[in-house]
Amino acid sequence: MTQQTLQQPPPEAPQAPRGREARGARKPRTRSPYPMWFYLPAAIIYGVLFVAPTFASFYFSLTRWTIFDSEFIGLENFVTFFSEPYLFDSLVNTLMFAVITSGLKVVLGLLFAVFLTSQIKARGYLRSVVFFPVLVSTVGVGVTFSVLMDPFDGLINKVLAVVGVDEIGWLTDPNLALFSVAFVDVWRGLGLATLIYIAGVVAIPQEYFEAAKVDGANAFKQFWHVTLPLMRPATTTVIILSLIGGLRSFDLIWTMTKGGPGFSSDVLASVVYKQYQAGFYGLSTAGNVVLFLVVAAIIIPLFWLLNRKEVDR
Amino acid sequence: MKEGISRLNRTYSWVGGIVAILLTGVLFVVPFVFIFLTASKTGQEASLLEFTWPTEWVIWDNVVEVIQSRDYILVTAFINSTILTVASVTVMVIVSALVGYVLQRRKSRWNGFISFMVLAGLIVPPAVVPTIWVMQGLGIYKTLHGLVLIEVAFGMAFCILMFRAFVATIPRELDEAAVMDGAGPIRLFFRVIFPLLKSVIVTVIVVQSVFVFNDFQNPLYFLPGDQGATVQLTLYNFQGQFSTSWNLLFMDIVLITLPMLIMYIFFNRQIVAGLTSGAVKG
Repeated sequence: MTQQTLQQPPPEAPQAPRGREARGARKPRTRSPYPMWFYLPAAIIYGVLFVAPTFASFYFSLTRWTIFDSEFIGLENFVTFFSEPYLFDSLVNTLMFAVITSGLKVVLGLLFAVFLTSQIKARGYLRSVVFFPVLVSTVGVGVTFSVLMDPFDGLINKVLAVVGVDEIGWLTDPNLALFSVAFVDVWRGLGLATLIYIAGVVAIPQEYFEAAKVDGANAFKQFWHVTLPLMRPATTTVIILSLIGGLRSFDLIWTMTKGGPGFSSDVLASVVYKQYQAGFYGLSTAGNVVLFLVVAAIIIPLFWLLNRKEVDR
Repeated sequence: MKEGISRLNRTYSWVGGIVAILLTGVLFVVPFVFIFLTASKTGQEASLLEFTWPTEWVIWDNVVEVIQSRDYILVTAFINSTILTVASVTVMVIVSALVGYVLQRRKSRWNGFISFMVLAGLIVPPAVVPTIWVMQGLGIYKTLHGLVLIEVAFGMAFCILMFRAFVATIPRELDEAAVMDGAGPIRLFFRVIFPLLKSVIVTVIVVQSVFVFNDFQNPLYFLPGDQGATVQLTLYNFQGQFSTSWNLLFMDIVLITLPMLIMYIFFNRQIVAGLTSGAVKG
């Protein structure tokens, strides 16, 4: 967390650093040209619609809540959450989904990026094609893939049938549904990961590769000893972005499986929505708090760890 | 790097290119072709969900039918989505440019706290029902302007980071010169700094427009009902209604993808620059 503040440029010539105290002096120069009230519009919107609800959620997660009145019931919602398998499984699913998708995005994104920055034909076209799904509506992607993954009519199974593979219930098999959705999420988000990596690869000074070549490194060694170590900042970004996205993921899961079959592909975000629809606002908010804690527990240490190593280098 | 293109390199460049085109063709192009072909078929043919050339092209009929269905809800949705996107991105750009600018320029004891809040905004998942509760208290639940403010609140953090990073590249001497010339804070910002932010503003606008236009979750929670339907929700509504007329469902996908496709064609470079800026340097 604090890393971010350290990255700011060092304080420069102290021009009117103490605007407030100096105001009485009535010297025009001492008033800062950067007034604090510039923060105000953003702070109001953010404070009211983001910070306040976040803090309120800690209280309301401890209540039985119907919007109009709430009754304090202590940790009962959380007890329910962790004792009901269909709720608890959503936590496990959330973690699996996030880890699978961000892992695949890192590996495939890096491979794609290296490939798409090498001397191949039609690079521009290929980059656009890989990136385009990022722009398409998630719901549209979800609908399309649930059609393509249909066990009987779906294109994927029809193609596989030609090779002699039996019908696979991509979205109807409880053991498979979550992975199928994760695959689609990777399909959709890979373009962004690739793009971040491409920017990283392009930023590597060519001299490094030349030096490696002079030392007799082949293409693989160049990748392993030059590209890969220098891709650390880009990897940090991809991991953190896709973990945040993966842990909060809702749109795709909701449009493709609605958490089903059964509860086999429910994640925290879809549980929050289901409980909200069912009118269990307290339980829904408890789900939100669990999601918050999970995200914080994973992202903050990771952030700290990845950034610290960067500084060490 | 290029010490004469050797034969091997040329082979690699062609073979690699062709393999990549085939691979991405299967993985990335086929789904989009499938969407388009199904959207062009008659209802009966589309219901087979086959990856075939349409025997009869009825693109225009489908377009008309999708637009007319359910009392022109798609038109309402497009109007809503346009208002939502334009309004929220405009507000977002102005308020976060102000924050990013002061945050970068002025060192106060609040800086650490504000940076922390900005990062929290990127990471913390919004608490849904409490947000609805707050919005109800303010009387902005189920209103378009309420949703605009929600999008602003949730999208702000990213914009602030972009603006702060970019303001750092503008020399302070410029501010000092303007102050010497007697410019007040407002004039300094809007007349001197804001115009210089043009490139990053374009980036932020494009990136956030994509996010807001494609947003599904927030309209679902904070603006339910047909009145305020956004284009993403029409798809969701059509999914049940059109379960037998796939051609219309896919035509809807085509129609709501078009604005972003056009945007991508025009602003390709800005999107790429925006999404990757800061990503590499951290």
